[in-house]
Amino acid sequence: MRWWQIRKRDADVERELQSDLDLEEEEQRERGVSPDEARHAALRAFGNRTLISEQTQAVWSWSALDNLFRDIRISVRTLFRSPGFALIAIIVMALCIGATTSLFTVVRSVLLRPLPFRDPGRLVMIYEHFRDPSINAQGFNYNPVAPADYYDWRAQTHGFEDMAAWRYWQFNLTGERGELPELVQARGGSWNLFPMLGVNVAIGRTFTESEDRPDGDAVILTWSIFERRFGGNPSIVGRQIHLDGKPYTVVGVLPKWFTYPDAEVQVWVPYASGLPPETLAHHDYHFGHVVARLRADVSLSSALSQVGAVQYQLHMQNLNAPVAEDVASRTLVQDLAQDVQKPLIILLCAVLCMLLIGCLNVANLMVARSAARQKEIAICSALGARRITLIRVQLIESLLVSIAGGVVGILLSLAATKWLVSTWSDLPSAQNIHVDGLVLGFACALVLLAALLAGLLPAISSTSKSAIPALQASSRTVAGSQARTALRKSLLTVEIATTVVLLIAAGLLLKSFWRLRTTDVGCVTDRVLTMGYSLPTKKYDTPEKINAFNETLLERVRGMPGVRAAALGSTVPGAGYGGDNVFTVPEHPPITPGTVLPDALIRTADPGYFSALEIPLLSGRLFSSHDRLGQPKTVIISHDLAQQYFPGENPVGKHLHVLAFNADYEVVGVVGDMLYQVGKPGKATMYFPLLSGTNDMGFTLAVHTASDPLALSVPVQKLLAELDPQLPVHDVLSMQQIIEQSLGNASLSASLVLGFAVLSLLLASVGLYGVLSYLTTQRTSEIGVRMALGAQRKEVLRLLLGDGLRPALYGLTLGLAASMGAVRLIESMLYGTRPLDPAIFTSVSASLLIVASLACLVPAWRASRIHPMQALRTE
Amino acid sequence: MEKGTQKRADLLQGTLDMLILRTLLYGPAHGHQIGKHIQRTTNDFLQMQHGSLYPALHRLERRGWVTSKWEIAADRNREFKYYRLTEKGKKQLLVEESKWKRMAEAVARVMWPAAEES
Repeated sequence: MRWWQIRKRDADVERELQSDLDLEEEEQRERGVSPDEARHAALRAFGNRTLISEQTQAVWSWSALDNLFRDIRISVRTLFRSPGFALIAIIVMALCIGATTSLFTVVRSVLLRPLPFRDPGRLVMIYEHFRDPSINAQGFNYNPVAPADYYDWRAQTHGFEDMAAWRYWQFNLTGERGELPELVQARGGSWNLFPMLGVNVAIGRTFTESEDRPDGDAVILTWSIFERRFGGNPSIVGRQIHLDGKPYTVVGVLPKWFTYPDAEVQVWVPYASGLPPETLAHHDYHFGHVVARLRADVSLSSALSQVGAVQYQLHMQNLNAPVAEDVASRTLVQDLAQDVQKPLIILLCAVLCMLLIGCLNVANLMVARSAARQKEIAICSALGARRITLIRVQLIESLLVSIAGGVVGILLSLAATKWLVSTWSDLPSAQNIHVDGLVLGFACALVLLAALLAGLLPAISSTSKSAIPALQASSRTVAGSQARTALRKSLLTVEIATTVVLLIAAGLLLKSFWRLRTTDVGCVTDRVLTMGYSLPTKKYDTPEKINAFNETLLERVRGMPGVRAAALGSTVPGAGYGGDNVFTVPEHPPITPGTVLPDALIRTADPGYFSALEIPLLSGRLFSSHDRLGQPKTVIISHDLAQQYFPGENPVGKHLHVLAFNADYEVVGVVGDMLYQVGKPGKATMYFPLLSGTNDMGFTLAVHTASDPLALSVPVQKLLAELDPQLPVHDVLSMQQIIEQSLGNASLSASLVLGFAVLSLLLASVGLYGVLSYLTTQRTSEIGVRMALGAQRKEVLRLLLGDGLRPALYGLTLGLAASMGAVRLIESMLYGTRPLDPAIFTSVSASLLIVASLACLVPAWRASRIHPMQALRTE
Repeated sequence: MEKGTQKRADLLQGTLDMLILRTLLYGPAHGHQIGKHIQRTTNDFLQMQHGSLYPALHRLERRGWVTSKWEIAADRNREFKYYRLTEKGKKQLLVEESKWKRMAEAVARVMWPAAEES
């Protein structure tokens, strides 16, 4: 029906009722009743005219939609009548919905969206898997795959359509015409990798099988270096570029969207390219990552068990080498997200908790307001409003609040997501994180859920009373309606319990972050500048040349003003794993074949390394300049290694047989332990003399300076450029920065959870304050009577405080109990902190009680100041 | 009070439609007349609620069982909205009547079984 028809119909109904009413009145008059009396009698006989006309009109209306419009109109009007409430509620909702949507956007992009490859559901990563639980405890249950293992898997199993492998690499990219040298991140990918993933190159072609050999010299550029360094000029394909001084021919350019495994990769070379042929035959050089495509007619478990069987044979054939006995798989998404999955899920839980608290708070506000509107609601229902209508109006109110909050929240979340992605450094596929249909759907669902949660409870409770008692109750208030007070109190209890869980999680995360920050990595970290470089094998092809460069560099650096000491080694403490090797001790009885071989990190160190980094010598001696190529092979071990593998004996003078080098090294000294990365457990370490002239592990120069270390970074780089202008340096960082980097995300998740927790505490205390003020106002006259009868201020204060603190105490108890379970979720993210840390539990309880008492104290104190007479008069 | 009205209206719903249709069998009438007629005929046993009457009239009109027209009342000299039974309405009355009869008989059989036998 069109609106003018509705109008006409409405007028018609009105006219009909009026004419019949008039007739009734006339008849009354004709019976001899006085005109005034007649009118009233007619009205009485007629009943509720507005209601009749509405109900009659309702017969004609397209009623559901009509009613909806009417209710929305009423709700908007009501909200505008108390803009303060509306604003607070909308802000709370916007914050909660915004935060939740942001987190969900990230979770969706990182954990839920499959990678953009052909049929990604059938792609899996396969790793070697050691069954020994002690190795798994150190996080080696997904061990990179040795090249020979990969070749055997591919040749001997049939459950997968194909298997491809890639490995980490980096190159020194030098220009033809004096462009700046640059260290580029590279990956070596087997020739079948791109076809198997279903990736088509943007320009050119992918590798051929014949290029995937140690002397293969083909290179594929990623889009980012193609645009940045080669100006996006397609004629680069077919030309040569120089990597580590060797010419490589560009055969193709990858499409812009291809950022697997991460966006830092600049060039791809064939998997086998540049590797010595004997390396490819090794079963214990673990550096490959294997991607496999499952055959459509084979289940993953049976395909994996085939690979596992092959691997077990390899293990049996290589009992003296670290060759795993089994394999394990995970999806590509899990593989990329392994470091962020847990923090993301925890953050998502935290924002969901905050959302719950926000909704409860808005619900609480609405209960408070509906209590103030008791009379209005009673009058409405006396005038014939049906209960369902009243509930609907209130629900629409909370829906409007939620929608407004949702719109603001989604806008907020766009900004917040951008910030989160730029701050969180190791989010995989960060450039693909954006809002999509699913995220919007999620946000809409959130809005609806929030509206229901915040609206339904108060609506049902506020309309449950029949009209007469409500009207009577409002004439003489003794205490708030029992049921409604109980509802508000239980809402508060849940709110406070959730807050406690959040606060405890935040406290634990913060404490472990603090523990991480103050970790001793085992060497000097203050005022130390570090930078890495690697010497191109073509130019530095003998150990003598390598030593000459390194010794000159050290000598020149140590002579620079402002330098207190300088150390040169493969890597510095705290800067990462840096490789490991297994060894045996020739002086010890041989190890039973098949048991796990001793394993230690490997490092190189120059003679001044330990004193410059202040790593203490515990026994024996440090390296001297005689520990070099051509002299007896020597090694220095860490305290950990001595404790673990030479218990109760003096290791100095004993030997380590390192399998990978196939040589015996004499232990000459024992030095203090260091951590290879903050937050990771310590590990036994072997140091080999830098002056043996090996180039395989790269070099890190560490300079202990007298003042700000970064101020020396340019002079030191200039010195390097003087020695070799073609040499790029990388990772110019102070030790402090290296440690900060490994803490970065721990600090981010800890501070985010803390932020959510503080916000929740604020919301809960506002809720507490609101409830108590309301209760107090309701009991003003009761307090007046009590005081008139001689109650002391102190007693009144105690009475009201007890009333307000009871839900806080219940909430606290409930929250502490829930936390006991919830902390299990974050246990693996904790460092140096027990999940049931008594200090955290106590301080959270104390701070919650303090905040709760403050929130209760204000209204309670105000009530106790009321003059009895005034209180009685407020009726 | 509002609940009470609601209950009675629900109870009367089907019956009220039938009573109105039956009343209109005598000829066109306006709402007031219909209400008064039912009330009088039942000796004021059925108190006509206006809140039920008018929605019911409009519901019947919407279903096409009655039509309405503003006409001048002979005795009052002003317009009233008169309702008239349509053919469809007459058929509906028969349906409702037989339904009601069966219902009443069924109820009677349960309530006074002895009377039925004798």
